[in-house]
Amino acid sequence: MSLSLRSAVRLNLILLLIPVFLWLLLLIILPHIDMLLVSTQVKVRPRVYEFSFANYGEFFSEPLYWRTFARTAIMSIAATLLTLVIAFPVAYYIAKMLRGRMKSFLFLLCLVPFWVSELVRTFGWMILLRESGVFSNLFQWIGFADGPVEMLYNDATIMVGLIYTSMLFMVVPLVTILDSLDDSLVEAGYDLGGNAFTVLRTIIIPHAMPGIVSGCIVVFMLTLGNYLTPVLLGGKDSLWFTAQIYTQFITRFNWELGAAFGFLLLFLSSMIVWMGLKLSRQTLTETMG
Amino acid sequence: MFIKKGKLLTGIMLGTGLILTTLQTNAETLRLLTWGGYAPEKVVEMFKAETGIKVEVTNSNNEEMISKLRATGGAGFDLAQPSQDRIAGAQSEYEIYKPIDLSKVDASKFITSMLEGTKKNTTVDGKVYGVPHVWGTSALTVNTKVAPDVKDYLDLCNPKYAGKVSYRMKRPTLIAFAFAMGLDPFAAYGDTTSYKMIMDKVEAKLIECKPNVKAYWSGGDALINLIRSDEVVAAMAWDGSGWKVNAEKPEVKTIAPTSGALGWIDTFALPKKTKAENAAYQWINFVMRPEIAAMITEAAGNFTAAKDGDKFVEESKRMRFQETFPAAAIDNIKWYPPVPAGLEDMEGKVLDRVQAAK
Amino acid sequence: MTEQGPGGGHAPSYDLECRNLVCRFGDFVAVNDVSFGVPEGDFFSILGPSGCGKTTILRMMAGFLQPTSGDFLIKGKSVIDMPPNRRPINMVFQHLALFPMMTVAENIAYGLLRQGINRIDARKKVEDALERIGLPGSGEKKIKQLSGGQQQRVAIARCLVLEPAALLLDEPLGALDLKLREHMKVELKKMQDQFGTTFVYITHDQSEALVMSDHVAVMNQGRFEQIGTPQDLYYQPATAFVAGFVGDTNRWQGRVESVDRDTVKVITQDGVQLLATAAGGEALSQGSQVEIFVRPEAVVITLESERITSQDNRITGELISVLFNGANSRALIRDRHTGGELDVALPQTGEFSHLQRGQEVHLGWSLAHAKAFIQKESGG
Ligand SMILES: Nc1ncnc2c1ncn2[C@@H]1O[C@H](COP(=O)(O)OP(=O)(O)OP(=O)(O)O)[C@@H](O)[C@H]1O
Ligand SMILES: [Mg+2]
Repeated sequence: MSLSLRSAVRLNLILLLIPVFLWLLLLIILPHIDMLLVSTQVKVRPRVYEFSFANYGEFFSEPLYWRTFARTAIMSIAATLLTLVIAFPVAYYIAKMLRGRMKSFLFLLCLVPFWVSELVRTFGWMILLRESGVFSNLFQWIGFADGPVEMLYNDATIMVGLIYTSMLFMVVPLVTILDSLDDSLVEAGYDLGGNAFTVLRTIIIPHAMPGIVSGCIVVFMLTLGNYLTPVLLGGKDSLWFTAQIYTQFITRFNWELGAAFGFLLLFLSSMIVWMGLKLSRQTLTETMG
Repeated sequence: MFIKKGKLLTGIMLGTGLILTTLQTNAETLRLLTWGGYAPEKVVEMFKAETGIKVEVTNSNNEEMISKLRATGGAGFDLAQPSQDRIAGAQSEYEIYKPIDLSKVDASKFITSMLEGTKKNTTVDGKVYGVPHVWGTSALTVNTKVAPDVKDYLDLCNPKYAGKVSYRMKRPTLIAFAFAMGLDPFAAYGDTTSYKMIMDKVEAKLIECKPNVKAYWSGGDALINLIRSDEVVAAMAWDGSGWKVNAEKPEVKTIAPTSGALGWIDTFALPKKTKAENAAYQWINFVMRPEIAAMITEAAGNFTAAKDGDKFVEESKRMRFQETFPAAAIDNIKWYPPVPAGLEDMEGKVLDRVQAAK
Repeated sequence: MTEQGPGGGHAPSYDLECRNLVCRFGDFVAVNDVSFGVPEGDFFSILGPSGCGKTTILRMMAGFLQPTSGDFLIKGKSVIDMPPNRRPINMVFQHLALFPMMTVAENIAYGLLRQGINRIDARKKVEDALERIGLPGSGEKKIKQLSGGQQQRVAIARCLVLEPAALLLDEPLGALDLKLREHMKVELKKMQDQFGTTFVYITHDQSEALVMSDHVAVMNQGRFEQIGTPQDLYYQPATAFVAGFVGDTNRWQGRVESVDRDTVKVITQDGVQLLATAAGGEALSQGSQVEIFVRPEAVVITLESERITSQDNRITGELISVLFNGANSRALIRDRHTGGELDVALPQTGEFSHLQRGQEVHLGWSLAHAKAFIQKESGG
């Protein structure tokens, strides 16, 4: 009887999981297998393709491609760290200093950027930062600048745009984790002789580590996969790997190379996340649980 | 936890999106893949009133059109509008179009020379794949007060205008610079090695010119904004963009470069798996009526291949056209011949390297 | 208030001294003019009902809360402007606040390292401390792997290794189950003897305070009602609140009929006449509303009325029930006339263990054991 009960439970579990598996299979695994197959094709003549890993070789042999990737990865890491540095005090303030309505208000404030689409948001930045834009005129009016100031089209602007877009995804896990930090732990840290820095280093950060890591993973992946912000704000020098993939797929009709790039992005970014987890001595289950 | 929810949401949205699109195509509709301004709302309404057919407009550009149709094997749209030079190559490589049944197109509504030229350029294996619709050029848009001495594409590299010029990072720019440098890329279309040599020279020139560029423009509206706000004083652009700004800012003019404007013709082509072929022919014959063609000229900023279409266009528009293109300049327009398959790979690499150069 | 120059020199030198501490939250006065001193090595408890302001006092002493006014001195020096991490006193939190991200040893070493002690010395001290609290070799364990009582000891050891001038404990036994609490009471007292540190101990449980403390302050609504030894509080309560809060007691309310020096004759609300001793240091006069307190063990219980003729107060009642608890057995008696209930301690001889429900008993007590306090509008 207990045996049949157990098998019934198992059957239920299987039934419950079927949609999940189907969804995984149809929307994630199958397209990726297809992509993988495409990425190993090389065009020899129009309409004639051959199996080869030349597309992957191309990534490493053409400096443009791997440099673009390296640049994208480094800027994404920098954007992630900067977002963390900015979001941490904000999250700490929301989680620990505020109560009641102010708390939800500030939390909502972090959501504001998401009330409009990414495109509109990016155009907003462009209106503010362009040479004939709001800030430029303001600076001239105040007297900070003699002529129009161009603030668009450089890496710093890309950074600002990326951080702005990522804030929420860092603040939410941080607030959640800091909320769960017992105030008395912080007080005990001080009471036993710690100063602000040691309390932060030995108590608050270790406690917040799972939140920090999960926030960083999300922000890193979002930034790495961002397309509009770097392309629109970056101008003529904006080399972003997703833009390269887009170019290969859409303007070059080179699906094979684009697919290979897609896989390299997936693989290399997973490697970076894995290294990040190793460095911070966290496990994926800890962070996502 | 965060990631999972995000994905679930996208999954749900994808799902509902699929359901919605399948529902929508049930009515008699024409799914049109075209350029901004080529199917103004008013024309779409008039067409619906006359035929009962609903037109669903998707704005796009040459590369996206080809990519979209390639991805579906020519399905998803009933009528597309690629440029005439981009049809033959794409057709021979990806087989995304269906031949045009010329008996269903009212040839009398077209300017004959344009119809014949397009037919010739879009013929693959003896079958015609395109008929002309809107035509125009890539030329120079110049603020004549600030940059009166910009006469040809190479003048954009004049250090005087450093940080104040713009062009696209697309193949027309490569072709235009080649002509301006005294080379003839169209003559080299059939010969990969000499075309490569031309492209190498153009690449060097564009890299040298790069510091002059404020931003590579990508959409017509973005460029118009740059010009209107004086952030850019000279650009290689579609002639229609310059004319639009000219209406409110007379010092901005479209100028035919001394080495010749690059002439393009956007066509009508049938995607291979079109589901509303009849509606497509009806649309073609409808928009080629001179008075409708004039409305499209108003919206798109460029003239059409419709016979007498320009008669219904505002006088000021025709004046602007004549100012840019005196008779000699029209003769000097370089019309794009069909792009042989494979050239675009080479051009792509050139564009990549220019983009990456410091 | 006495002014004190640097270096002290004031008569009884206290380890810790609070002077006229006041703490307001908006209009609400959480701590109202509290002054007390704790001698070195003392086990000092603050006893009071929930919400009376105990934690608030402790937080002001630890430095987490700036008093609205008043002063706090450690060994004669004012530390009111010193941040918590510089004050030479430590706190054991209500829920211990052990650092879950560290091992037991790291928890104990935390404060030592903050003092700049090198790692080798710190490790030695940690091992000593673990030895002393009976957890040798548990240094590498995670906090979660310890039992409640063990965690308790680690939390205290973590503070005591720093050799603080005093240890502040905020209801540290509150989270433990009853059995362990009884055990830890003894442990705590032992630890305090062992380390010889001054303890300031907060509790709302009067038995904890009475068992462990050298001195107890009874607190009510932000004020100290009385400070004294447990015996003082039990036998000489200064206020009605203390008499009611410390230990079990029977109480009556009534009006003073006549006063003869310390002795008052009171008519209770039920019309019973009782004799009592005036307490609380306030003058009673005819007509004063008073409350009378009588401890259960002060009441003599007998089956024969003639055995209590010598008592000042006598009542006849019937037994409701016997609450058997070994040596601490009690009887619940209903007054025949008034219907009021009385709590009476049964003699340890066991002669009353066979009392029947409803059986008639006679109760008596002397006026010395009946304390009359002026009745205030509000009370515990
Ligand atoms: N930060 C604060 N703001 C406003 N009121 C407060 C604050 N902290 C404490 N109080 C109030 O002060 C009073 C005393 O609080 P306190 O924490 O000192 O009580 P306690 O005696 O420790 O009670 P318990 O035994 O329940 O811990 C309570 O009424 C509480 O509501
Ligand atoms: Mg408390």
